[in-house]
Amino acid sequence: MTTPSTTSSGSGGVTGAGSSGSPRSGLPGQRGSDSKPHRPADYRPREITVGFLVGRLIALGLVAALLVFGLPPLIRTDNWIGVGVLVAAGAGIAYLYLSRRHVPLKYLLPGTVFLVVFQLVPVILTVSTAFTNFGDGHRGTKEEAITAIQTSSLEQVAGAASYNLSPALKDGKLVFLLVPVDDKGEPLLDQAKVGTPDGLTELPGLTDANLSLTKQLSEVPGYDILSKPDASARGDEIANFAVPTEQGAIKSSGLSKAVELTSVRDYDAACDCVKDTKNGKTYTADAKNGYFRSADGETIAQGWKVNVGLANFTRIFTDKTVSGNFFAVFVWNFAFAAASVLTTFALGLLCALALHSPRMRGTKIYRVIIILPYAMPSFAMLLVWRDMFNKDFGLINNLFGWHIDWLGEPMTARMSLILVNLWLGFPYMFLVATGALQAIPRELTEASSIDGATAWQGFRRVTLPLLLVALTPLLISSFAYNFNNFNAIKLVTDGGPYAIDNATVGATDLLISYTYRLAFGGIAQLGFAAAVSVIIFTLVAIMSIIGFRRSRSLEEVYS
Amino acid sequence: MRRRTVFAALGAAASASALAACGSKDEPTATPSKDKGNGKLVIWADTKRSAVLKKYADQFGKDNGVTVEVKEISENLQQVFVTASQQGSGPDVVVGAHDWIGNLVQNGAIDPVQLSPQQKSLFAAAAVKAVTFNGQIYGAPYALENIALVRNTDLAPTAPASIEDLVKAGQDLKKSGKVSEILLDQCGASGDAYHIYPIYSSGGGSLFGLTSAGDPDPNNVTVNSADSIAAFTKLKELGEKGAGALKTSIAAENVTATFTAKKAAFFITGSWNIADIKKAGIKYDITPIPGFSGGKPAQPFLGVQAFFVASKGKSKAMAQEFVANYVTNKEVANALYAADPRPPALLAAQDDAKAADPDVAKWLDAGKDGLPMPAIPAMNEIWGPFGNAEVAVIKGGDPKTAAEAAAKAINDAIAKKK
Repeated sequence: MTTPSTTSSGSGGVTGAGSSGSPRSGLPGQRGSDSKPHRPADYRPREITVGFLVGRLIALGLVAALLVFGLPPLIRTDNWIGVGVLVAAGAGIAYLYLSRRHVPLKYLLPGTVFLVVFQLVPVILTVSTAFTNFGDGHRGTKEEAITAIQTSSLEQVAGAASYNLSPALKDGKLVFLLVPVDDKGEPLLDQAKVGTPDGLTELPGLTDANLSLTKQLSEVPGYDILSKPDASARGDEIANFAVPTEQGAIKSSGLSKAVELTSVRDYDAACDCVKDTKNGKTYTADAKNGYFRSADGETIAQGWKVNVGLANFTRIFTDKTVSGNFFAVFVWNFAFAAASVLTTFALGLLCALALHSPRMRGTKIYRVIIILPYAMPSFAMLLVWRDMFNKDFGLINNLFGWHIDWLGEPMTARMSLILVNLWLGFPYMFLVATGALQAIPRELTEASSIDGATAWQGFRRVTLPLLLVALTPLLISSFAYNFNNFNAIKLVTDGGPYAIDNATVGATDLLISYTYRLAFGGIAQLGFAAAVSVIIFTLVAIMSIIGFRRSRSLEEVYS
Repeated sequence: MRRRTVFAALGAAASASALAACGSKDEPTATPSKDKGNGKLVIWADTKRSAVLKKYADQFGKDNGVTVEVKEISENLQQVFVTASQQGSGPDVVVGAHDWIGNLVQNGAIDPVQLSPQQKSLFAAAAVKAVTFNGQIYGAPYALENIALVRNTDLAPTAPASIEDLVKAGQDLKKSGKVSEILLDQCGASGDAYHIYPIYSSGGGSLFGLTSAGDPDPNNVTVNSADSIAAFTKLKELGEKGAGALKTSIAAENVTATFTAKKAAFFITGSWNIADIKKAGIKYDITPIPGFSGGKPAQPFLGVQAFFVASKGKSKAMAQEFVANYVTNKEVANALYAADPRPPALLAAQDDAKAADPDVAKWLDAGKDGLPMPAIPAMNEIWGPFGNAEVAVIKGGDPKTAAEAAAKAINDAIAKKK
């Protein structure tokens, strides 16, 4: 039948081949169900319209494009497992959304993919990193470390000439035309040489006529001097080209200069060690720590990543710098998170209650004003607060004429932080409390007041318990968030102030800021940081589980 | 039903292959081969420098028949570079500060640059020394930076000969109500080792002992030596319970505004703040930071900006050519100076800059005895604990206790990372 199209695409009444063909069947909703009132909705196969088909193809095409986008880097790095996973994922997604079956999976898949990509993969990476010494100096493989050690030990031979280099071709093979330069950079044409993989030979008979304006060789009979673009195209060949000499080899430095180099450190696979010809030391591989170490304990800077087992975890508990301060930091950390949650909740709830009162006027304006701190970027606000607490230039002291070193004394610094966090956090609590209050029927409080309860009793015995049932999970998540509230500490106090006899841990350090400094303060130790993250995760998880258990018992009592 | 499925599947295949074809059209230029240079040089620099580099990089590209891409990394360039380098997605050339070298070398991220003796002689000796690490040159230096004493000449017409003179002049100005601060030397709640170091060194303080080769020795931290404790004592005397010249409330976020508001006559800072000072219309002069009378000279840290060759770049020969033989020329140095007025490291460009701007000679003079900032990785462990000790003594704490605590924290951290 040809009817005005039922699809939004407007491309004529082409409907799916299996459809009933009735003009009504394509109309949305009520009409269709009117005509067939006794048929269960799920019995009818879903209508396939052009718009639907096009939409689905576009969506799948976008997914395919995303996956294809990821292919080149994988192929470039020979990561065939990655390619396989990508292709399989593409095929699987195409099959799933083009077939009629597996309807629940169609809804589950996007969420599952994001769960895997953004939750599981980072967790697995963190936990696996916790068992390694990954960090500065230990990032790559042993082979990479050996390459780096050898490359960085190539030194210029003392007193040897340096050359202007002109890469050239002779009989199709690459050669170096080398003109030594004097102290002032002037070429010494009478000492010009030809460098090949076999060694140096003289290149006589050159005059200024062979030079270009930049004093590089421009023309030499018998040689085809590479133009700059040609030389660039052969860059790798030129970089790897070595002309052997008595003391080492002449190698290019870029494409237009060359120097005589000798290798100071060489890896010897027989002893699994690096020998240094300059200081005569032998550095033996220490597979446990990922270093080359000499007999007198000196290590070579370039190390490699090794598995260290539980060492990172045992260090948290045995290392005195870490464990010695752990308990004190933990106590303040707990107090900070608890105080942040309680104060923000109390103030937020108070505001919500005030605006919830039916007698209140202008609630909309009040709500906007209260939500403002929540709408401002917290990063900027934290810095503004830090400046307001400044002893000599800060707004607070200037306003009140005080001389309090807010962030310079442990107790005032802690108070300041909780105050800042209160300001930043109470609008959120206000929002959720407002929502929860509106869900509580007013009849309940009215009933209690008829029964003779005071307003306070009504709030304490009726409203608050009902609120807590709804809000406890949010309070727990807020606690977990503030337990790791790195931004507030980092930007306002950076962990300080420090006791004069302890430069390791400050009075306002949370576990997360303290370990951040341990792990990243100087040389990054990502393996150790990962181990600490795992421990902090465990602590927060335990506290959250306890919290949720308690909130469940609340629910049982009041529901 | 079946027909529909087949149709749908075909449609999906067609659209997917069409998209794939779109993608593959660009691919040959992007990835002709797996690990060879592909006629492309990638340079990473921070926001300020990437714009000016672009022009000269394009010129280099034209001369050598390659495309040059300058990518701006606005945050944390060093960390981003180390991580990317490890993953094989890093650049060929990176522009950064010389004190990154120790960390970049231990991560195998940069290669030595083989400057010939003649090329070395073109640079300021201190700049070459700064980019030398373990006896190797790791980058081509292009700019120097150091702090000096910037003075409001309306408030203080003559340069103080010693810190004592400075404090006296500042105190007199404060008493007469012309200024509110004696001296602006940023410290903040966490301390600032970079800005306090000149005064600390004049008091006799030091950070590391020296190895036999004359390099800083991470196994010999001297923050708690008798001389260093004496220096911390001098800081205490200048601090909040003493002369009041050093204060923890003076911090990065308020120093410049305080100076441009004419609330202080003396400002220890670098060339990066001069633009603001000029804009505020303040008459100023730049002189070396004075030392304590009878003490050692005040030594500022010397920082050098340099070009580095990435170890895992894809066009290494070209990167070497760019760093060793191209950016060492005068035009590039002059252009970089125009974009960001830090004195050039190339001597020839220094002369041009001096002629164009009298400040350049003053900055260089203030930094001529500077200490190239130690590039060893252990230096990274100094900042935090040293800053804490600085704050403690400025607030009037016991210098010996503070110095011992700092030294312990530094040594613990260095020992753990072996």
